[in-house]
Amino acid sequence: MLDDDQTHIEVNQEIVKATGCGTAIAACCAARVYTEEPDGSLSVEYAACLECGTCLAVAAPGALKWHYPRGGFGIQFREG
Amino acid sequence: MTALEVSNKAEPDFDVIIVGAGIAGCIAAYQLAQQGRSVLLIERGEAPGSKNLSGGVLYCRGMQEVFPDFLDSAPVERRVTRNYINFLNAESSIGIDYKDTRLADPVNAVTVLRAKLDPWLAGKCEEAGVFLMSGVRVDRVLTENGATGKRVVGVKAGDDELRAHVVVAADGVNSFIAQEVGLRAKQPLNHLATGVKCVVNLPAETIEARFGVTGDEGAAFAVVGDCTEGVGGGGFMYTNTNSISVGVVLRLDDLTAKRKVATDVFDHFLTHPFIAPYLEGGEVIEYGCHMVAEGGLGMLGEIDMDGMVVVGDAAGLTLNTGLTVRGMDLAVASGVAAAVGIGASLERKDFSKAGLAGYRETLFASPEGKDMKTYAKAPAFLEVERMYKDYGELIANVLYGAFNLDTKPREHLAKVAIRAFKKSPVKVRHLISDGIAGVRAL
Repeated sequence: MLDDDQTHIEVNQEIVKATGCGTAIAACCAARVYTEEPDGSLSVEYAACLECGTCLAVAAPGALKWHYPRGGFGIQFREG
Repeated sequence: MTALEVSNKAEPDFDVIIVGAGIAGCIAAYQLAQQGRSVLLIERGEAPGSKNLSGGVLYCRGMQEVFPDFLDSAPVERRVTRNYINFLNAESSIGIDYKDTRLADPVNAVTVLRAKLDPWLAGKCEEAGVFLMSGVRVDRVLTENGATGKRVVGVKAGDDELRAHVVVAADGVNSFIAQEVGLRAKQPLNHLATGVKCVVNLPAETIEARFGVTGDEGAAFAVVGDCTEGVGGGGFMYTNTNSISVGVVLRLDDLTAKRKVATDVFDHFLTHPFIAPYLEGGEVIEYGCHMVAEGGLGMLGEIDMDGMVVVGDAAGLTLNTGLTVRGMDLAVASGVAAAVGIGASLERKDFSKAGLAGYRETLFASPEGKDMKTYAKAPAFLEVERMYKDYGELIANVLYGAFNLDTKPREHLAKVAIRAFKKSPVKVRHLISDGIAGVRAL
């Protein structure tokens, strides 16, 4: 269920651009949430997130704020 | 994120609060409720299982010790009697096909789908008296400053503050809770992998014919090599009753170093000429991903502190031995051990780290805990680059020399092997060093 009011992902574009970590974040995200723009910044489609946490693992320190969506929102697996 | 400091010393609402209704959390909750403890189990998904994803093979003997009727009453998919280990190259495939009726009696491993299994486990917990609260995200733990430093006294979820003698962090591989209180540092990328998986629907008869199994038997395929385009990790195919779980696990240090895109590698595997025929005609009914702890014992964080223990994926309890990839059985073992340790601490009314030491002791005395130590060197061995490309190609070239009767007279196999070996980047010293490391690690 999509949380229209709150995104659970915030990008610090300055750190992303300065470290160049946007490439790795976009490449490692299996949900294709992130797109690296020509200027090195990251655009985010948070509704597509599958909540695995890989982006946070490969991000430079401070580049991403990522937490789970509010209770009851986000991905709902029917198989798992 | 900093832990919330609380000075209010009200009587706790529960004996134990468990964060996360996955396997480890449910097993701990169930066992503690069986001891007569008051247990609150908090799950952020709208229903248990809705946030949870696994590759799909559960080594189930530990689970059967907790639930003797597990195989007959739990929603398991198939009983694994065929293990296929596959070196996959771009144009060739070499496999070890291990089928054994002994694996069916007693049953050793089953395939599962977590969105089906976890609600069953949570239901068992509720029957045993656990209070289940779904659709609630725990934001942080509540701490107080005690004599020996910070101790956990409860959790905060939205505006609610809930208190317990002991909190169990069973909140999965990302465990924000264990990180928040400093029990787990940010992991190096060689300790982590991303798992990308889809579930492909196919009729049971088609699955049985393609995978060479009958009735409720199932197959587990473990693949290394070109399936990941050489990225450290591997591919897998597991048979469910009416579907196949198929995907890749990609070590993050290698994925980023090789500048590959996770979804491209996944697509490459599913369309590989040696894999695609198994999936032909099937419909993808779900796509998902999950981060995997690959560090083994070296990644296991601190698992106890005053007022809290960490279990399952949250503690980094996964084990890849090259042949078996385990996590859910370790979750069971840690849930059982946590219930033992917490039970003893409640008995003595000592909720300090020392009072909870029974968890660690029980875990490392269990077969699963001992296996974590036995395979402590496996992760480093599995980082050897040659495993993912060169060895598979070398073996294929030797076999090609033997099988390809190309109108030229044959040579002795030893000669063919030596020539293939000379062309391969694999050197004698690699064979020796990898051989020794392999024997030691596995």
